[in-house]
Amino acid sequence: MNEREPAAESRTAGAAGAAQIAEQGDERRPYRPEGIDDAFVAHDEDGATTAPPARGGRPGADGAPVMPKLGWKGTLRWMWRQLTSMRVALMLLMLLAVAAVPGSILPQQSIDPSGVTQYLQDNPTAGKILDKLGFFDVFSSVWFSAIYILLFVSLVGCIVPRAVAHTKALRQRPPKTPRRFDRFPAKAHATTATAPDAVVDAAVRHLRGRVRWLPTFRVETGTDAQGRRTVSAERGYLRESGNILFHLSLLGLLIAIGTGQVLHYRAQVIVSEGHGFANSVVDYDTFESGAFWRASSLDPFSMTLDKFTSEFTTTATAEPRNFTAFVTVRQPGAPEKAEKIRVNHPLDVGGAKVYLQGNGYAPNITVKDAKGEVAYSGPVVFIPQDTNYTSQGVVKVPDVSAGLDQIGLVGFLLPTAASDDPTQASIYPQPLNPMLVLNVWHGNLGLDDGTPQNVYRLDTSDMTESTKDGKPVTLTIQPGQTVKLPDGLGTVTFDSLPRYVALDLRYDPALTWILVFALGALLGLALSLFTPRRRVWLRVWSEDVTDDESGETRPRTVIDAAGLARGDDSGLQREVDGVVESAAGTGSSTASSNLPRKAPR
Amino acid sequence: MSYAELSTHLVWASLTVLTVSMIAFLVDLTRLGESRSDLASVARLGGRRKELVGVGAAGGDLTASLAEATARAAGPGGDGEVTERPVNRKAAGIGMSTATLGWLLLVLAIVTRGIAAGRTPWANMYEFTLVGACVALTVFLLVSRFRDVRFLGAFVTLLAVLFLALAQEVFFVQADGVQPALQSYWLVIHVGVAITAAGILTVAFVTSVLQLLRDSRDNGSAVLNHRAFRWLDALPTPSQLEVLSFRLNAVGFVLWTFTLIAGSIWAEHAWGRYWGWDPKEVWTFIVWVVYAGYLHARTTRGWSGRRAAYFVIVGYACVIFNFTGVNLIFDGKHSYSGLTS
Repeated sequence: MNEREPAAESRTAGAAGAAQIAEQGDERRPYRPEGIDDAFVAHDEDGATTAPPARGGRPGADGAPVMPKLGWKGTLRWMWRQLTSMRVALMLLMLLAVAAVPGSILPQQSIDPSGVTQYLQDNPTAGKILDKLGFFDVFSSVWFSAIYILLFVSLVGCIVPRAVAHTKALRQRPPKTPRRFDRFPAKAHATTATAPDAVVDAAVRHLRGRVRWLPTFRVETGTDAQGRRTVSAERGYLRESGNILFHLSLLGLLIAIGTGQVLHYRAQVIVSEGHGFANSVVDYDTFESGAFWRASSLDPFSMTLDKFTSEFTTTATAEPRNFTAFVTVRQPGAPEKAEKIRVNHPLDVGGAKVYLQGNGYAPNITVKDAKGEVAYSGPVVFIPQDTNYTSQGVVKVPDVSAGLDQIGLVGFLLPTAASDDPTQASIYPQPLNPMLVLNVWHGNLGLDDGTPQNVYRLDTSDMTESTKDGKPVTLTIQPGQTVKLPDGLGTVTFDSLPRYVALDLRYDPALTWILVFALGALLGLALSLFTPRRRVWLRVWSEDVTDDESGETRPRTVIDAAGLARGDDSGLQREVDGVVESAAGTGSSTASSNLPRKAPR
Repeated sequence: MSYAELSTHLVWASLTVLTVSMIAFLVDLTRLGESRSDLASVARLGGRRKELVGVGAAGGDLTASLAEATARAAGPGGDGEVTERPVNRKAAGIGMSTATLGWLLLVLAIVTRGIAAGRTPWANMYEFTLVGACVALTVFLLVSRFRDVRFLGAFVTLLAVLFLALAQEVFFVQADGVQPALQSYWLVIHVGVAITAAGILTVAFVTSVLQLLRDSRDNGSAVLNHRAFRWLDALPTPSQLEVLSFRLNAVGFVLWTFTLIAGSIWAEHAWGRYWGWDPKEVWTFIVWVVYAGYLHARTTRGWSGRRAAYFVIVGYACVIFNFTGVNLIFDGKHSYSGLTS
């Protein structure tokens, strides 16, 4: 029922104040003090009495409604009004909530790609259909985007007219004092000996409040047809301001997030102790960036991991308590700087933030081939598989001497191997009894044809495993040990056990704006929900009373007051009482529509 | 006895005292229901048979008493002024004092838990449940200071007892330190505000449920007009309940918004992204949208009243699922239950 005046329906509960303002601007609609009836009745009545002619249609000769011809312009206008109506906004909100649910139930490509692969394998038919429909990427799917874009269009269509109406309302004076007060929810009445003018002055002072530059009420005084003094006052313009701020902030938030998306970059790199990387696309293991990001904008810096420390509880579960990466940062034209990166404490460098996202062991391994040549030497990243850092890794040894097989070593690193069975899982995350447990393959690693390979997996299609008595040969090596490879392949040495860290680099220029708009939304929301929107009217006049005892006639001042609030307002009666009390010194109150106040004990 | 053990004992003690409180509140409701239902049912009858009375179908004393009861029931302040003779509300007094005691014991339990763990006592599901129950009780006791909401007591204490029992029996974990990702002052802010919001939304949920029940009874629902639901007549009118629920929900919603923002800031610090559609984030978003829908519904014609109250029910169901289901079923970055499956 919103076609005629989208602005009249509020976007939030707190926004109700706007409707009243909009109503004032609308000459066609008589002013009707809302809030007199309880929330249920008021809205139902509105719905019944203000059915717009554009939609309802007039009954035709046969009694059926005849829809007026709209034309394409009319149709467009009708659609726009539908979209910007509260009812549709409400539907879209509900749809948005429902549409988000599958994003938590089904594995999502952006969070858990291996989960998606697994799901597709387990449910080939359903999985294919769901994949087509974007259910594995819900939050960038067409339908999810459609809902929130429509919602924001609806928001703009609703909030812009309201913002315009509100800027007008901000300059308006409080409404005239109504002729009768008896319909209002809050009333007060008092008599006093003070002269009417003094009473009005006191009331105005009270309503304006102490802060001169920010009066509580906007106050207007006057005189009615009977020559009685009147005061009309209004407060709570901030309620609608807050409402508009909230909605515009949401819009700003969306724009800021979008801007961040196209300008951001994100990189990941694995560095072992003693090694480093430079801030360039080629140095990173993975790198992704927004559409408008340019590689030339990368700040030139380099970073070396000096040391990594970790702490775990000494309980059986060995829970992590602290991870710290000690790094050295070098920037052109600046001295070297030693820095720390910890979880929850990213490092700001070159406009980006560096996060400590993971850690593990990267044992230094040297492999010499059958001819005694060093075929491989360096740290090999072993990926932790459990909380005790039982880590899996692969050493791919190329052929350096002509005519020899390539070698692949596959297996585990155990930071603390159990002394009785060293091939079992690690029993503690710290390197108390480090052990490499490796199986040996030889043949062709498949490195030479140039196809990209997973560095953590050995392609054994063209290789043979070394066996002894029909069982795979398992080498166990401790740091400093050199062990002979089977089948005369050479030797392998476990030189040392440095740690590695996985670092995330992230640059998003919109972060500050996102925060600003988020806080703006919060502020606007609080203002729109908690600012009381009230109107207070006073009528003050002088009358003569006869004293019963002495029979003398002397003047006294009568104060009549009424209050009206937007929405539910438990403080309205108190407000009205307060005005009358400070105007007269005494006051009397009528019943409030709220829950009974607690009786004093 | 260690602090950790003391904390556990205190929770059991609180649970026991709150059970007593719940029973006392129930007794009070029953008494109120008995004393008021005569008048209220007459009033309801009168409302429905107004036309008949108008044409004089009922005569003499009955008409008079009906008219009188109707007038009083419909008078300003609604149900609050129906009864003439004061109802004995000693049970409600016992309920209030035991609820306060139970709350105090629970606060002590939470404090000792914090001392035992050497950190903020809301870092896993067990502690979250304790504090959530505590906040719900706090809100109830706090609102009680300004308004007579003793009718809420039975339901708030019931939920608190359920929460505490669930915490002790299902969610319990030893008091211990936390992993590096949780070592941040944001744990105090983000999680603290989230629990506060959840506690407030709990009380609002109770109020909305009562609103719906009372409304259904007033509108002649067959089930709810059974004798067993006489206590509903002792409650404030549906519109008064709606107003109370809205105020609580408004505060809860603002706090929930803050939880979301604080969570984003923390996620940016800890995980390097402010929003990643982690299951917990998805459900926090859903909760936010549902309550935003509630606030809009309240001011949309034809959606206020009952329909808006349904939003509160759905929203609270989402809050509960966000806390239990998301923690236990989904595998996400927020899996801090501390329970090993």
